[in-house]
Amino acid sequence: MTYQSFLIKYAEIGTKGKNRYLFEDALIHQIKNALKKVEGKFLASKESGRIYVQAQSKYDYEEVIEALQKVFGIAWICPMLQVEDKDYEHLKKTVAEYIDEVYEDKNFTFKVESRRADKEYPIHSEQINRDLGEVILQTFPQTRVNVREPDVLLRVEIRKLVNIYSLMIPGPGGMPVGTNGKAMLLLSGGIDSPVAGYMIAKRGVKIDAVYFHAPPYTSERAKQKVIDLAKQVSRYSGPIPLHIVNFTDIQLYIYEKCPHEELTIIMRRYMMRIAEQIARSTDGLALITGESIGQVASQTVQSLASTNEVCNMPVFRPLIGFDKQEIVDISQKIGTFETSIQPYEDCCTIFVAKHPVIKPNLERIRRSEESLKEKIEELVQAAVETAEMVWCD
Amino acid sequence: MEAYFDNSATTRVLDCVKEIVVKTMTEDYANPAARHRRGMEAEQYIRTARSEIAKTLRVLDKEILFTSGGSESNNLALIGSALANQRSGKHIVSTGIEHPSVYRPLEYLAGQGFEVTFLPVDREGHISLGQLREAVREDTILVSVMYVNNEVGAVEPVEEISRVIKGKNPRTLFHVDAIQAYGKYVIRPKKQGIDLLSVSGHKIHGPKGVGFLYIRDGVKVKPMIYGGGQQSDMRSGTENVPGVAGLGVAAKEMYTDHEAKAAYLTELKDYMTDRILELENVVVNSRKGEESAPQIVSVSFEGVRSEVLLHALEDKGIYVSSGSACSAHHPGISGTLKGIGVAPKLLDATVRFSFGLFNTKEEIDYCIETLKELLPVLRKYQRS
Repeated sequence: MTYQSFLIKYAEIGTKGKNRYLFEDALIHQIKNALKKVEGKFLASKESGRIYVQAQSKYDYEEVIEALQKVFGIAWICPMLQVEDKDYEHLKKTVAEYIDEVYEDKNFTFKVESRRADKEYPIHSEQINRDLGEVILQTFPQTRVNVREPDVLLRVEIRKLVNIYSLMIPGPGGMPVGTNGKAMLLLSGGIDSPVAGYMIAKRGVKIDAVYFHAPPYTSERAKQKVIDLAKQVSRYSGPIPLHIVNFTDIQLYIYEKCPHEELTIIMRRYMMRIAEQIARSTDGLALITGESIGQVASQTVQSLASTNEVCNMPVFRPLIGFDKQEIVDISQKIGTFETSIQPYEDCCTIFVAKHPVIKPNLERIRRSEESLKEKIEELVQAAVETAEMVWCD
Repeated sequence: MEAYFDNSATTRVLDCVKEIVVKTMTEDYANPAARHRRGMEAEQYIRTARSEIAKTLRVLDKEILFTSGGSESNNLALIGSALANQRSGKHIVSTGIEHPSVYRPLEYLAGQGFEVTFLPVDREGHISLGQLREAVREDTILVSVMYVNNEVGAVEPVEEISRVIKGKNPRTLFHVDAIQAYGKYVIRPKKQGIDLLSVSGHKIHGPKGVGFLYIRDGVKVKPMIYGGGQQSDMRSGTENVPGVAGLGVAAKEMYTDHEAKAAYLTELKDYMTDRILELENVVVNSRKGEESAPQIVSVSFEGVRSEVLLHALEDKGIYVSSGSACSAHHPGISGTLKGIGVAPKLLDATVRFSFGLFNTKEEIDYCIETLKELLPVLRKYQRS
């Protein structure tokens, strides 16, 4: 069957009371965005509390479903047959045709569930259920009725048009991006940070990202890899402005002035400061990192405390309690894993000490940073000002 | 200023190559197997290229088989000849410094029940003829040795090698990977006792995606690509006319005034080597003059990671390679450098400068001045 319309069911946003229209509008906006990249013309609209997608040209069914399955906020995608309400006999005929086309094997149990939005309709829902069930049983003798646990739940909604559907394809859940402010993702080339970005975007947060580039210690290919990752995350989150900060001078200055075993921690403290500064200038409200407790020396609880204290914005660490394998599983699901494991060095590893501190003492770190005060402000300012922005879509 | 010193990875095509490639793509574009006149015109380009190339080696036209490049030539030479001759034995001899396009097919053959002996090299990158004599046995069907090593430019004595092999077992085939040697050296397969010889187009200012394998008349090789039966059934697929024509022109050009061209490259190499030695804490792994290939200078910079130096140079418009570009996607320590005994701490501090006909001494001067500027800074910040 060629479906011309889809009913989009949403989960959490239905509960937001008077603000509901904001959520619905954001969802429609995201659906339109996602369908822009699909060949064909589509109309996404809201009609008495329902969201519909209508194809207005030829399109590829699989491609549309795949695109919609990446739109946060969608709980279910229901491909449906939408017909004009002619008369009752015509409805019966249409339902039989629908069943015939959608289910090749007629050996199933079913239940009909009808609704009249239009209460003027002359027949009661109960009666419609019985009549349509009758038609199906007569046309396809192999079928059986089961009202408790049917294999097929056929829904018939009588509105301005009649909606007939029985398939429900799961969406990604979550909330539409744009309903929960904006946050700045610290994106490295690794496995974790793209997953962290995905998870926060799933809660409706718009994502900006920052990448720290350290030429000649990191290569153009490492930068390209991060751009690729941002583009992959953007398939879910919508366009991501990626801010590329040249971090070399800061890194070398820290290397020159501070104890080498504290290098990574101090470096990360400056990354947080710079990320926060850029977030402020782009209306960001929080930072996002891919940290997970104990994964590496710079992610022990002491290290996290140390990097956390330099910023005032909340820092979201959605992977904090995840094991590596759990993170890998999500990265494979969202398609970032293959890119993440390309072997290009990122700036966190280039000067890493053989034995970095794993329980940094805050006092000592602060004291070490004292020795940077001559030039560091200037270097940070320069890094922020020269940051390059790449639109990842 | 820009200085492209990565000619062993690939070269810029010559203008005469560009012209014939464009002509065969836009004017004489017919399928060379087509029966009509236009088809025959296209076929002429292939005949001409084949005959020009055969002339450079003093071999027969029919002994030249066009391929998609060096990797395919090596794969076909090794796998094709091993499969065609396995009834005579399943033993193969090669060296520890081969390119992955030789090493990996040999690994594949090892998995198919062949036995492969890898000979070590000395500090000069040469295999020992004595060890070779011992390695060749009654059931040895194939010996594969590279002519010029792609990383340090070591040149193997192919003629002596052939004499040793054939003296021990006249039926053993001798394959030479000449991808870095063709165009640089006068090669005479008949005189040097070579049965199979691999060549790539884009290392000699020709197009990418084309190369050839010399197969001595009478040597049995099992084809790897089956189909329409082109090239006497040895390699099916519509011939890459633009590539083949371009390769023919490049080959002819490289061997016109060849002595002068090789001398020019050697001059650049020696000049670079002398100037590199002005720098502190460097080890040159290649040799000056006749002792190594004319186009390759391999240098280890103590205390500098090659990857970082490469990117620092690229920022100044100088393009070099760390390890071999073909395997640059699999970063790892080079077997060749280890093989010739480069100190462990220098293994990932080694950079290859490789020259082509378009390079100049001014570029070398610029490179040396840039290195003088960069090295102290890079050495100041090292991994602790």
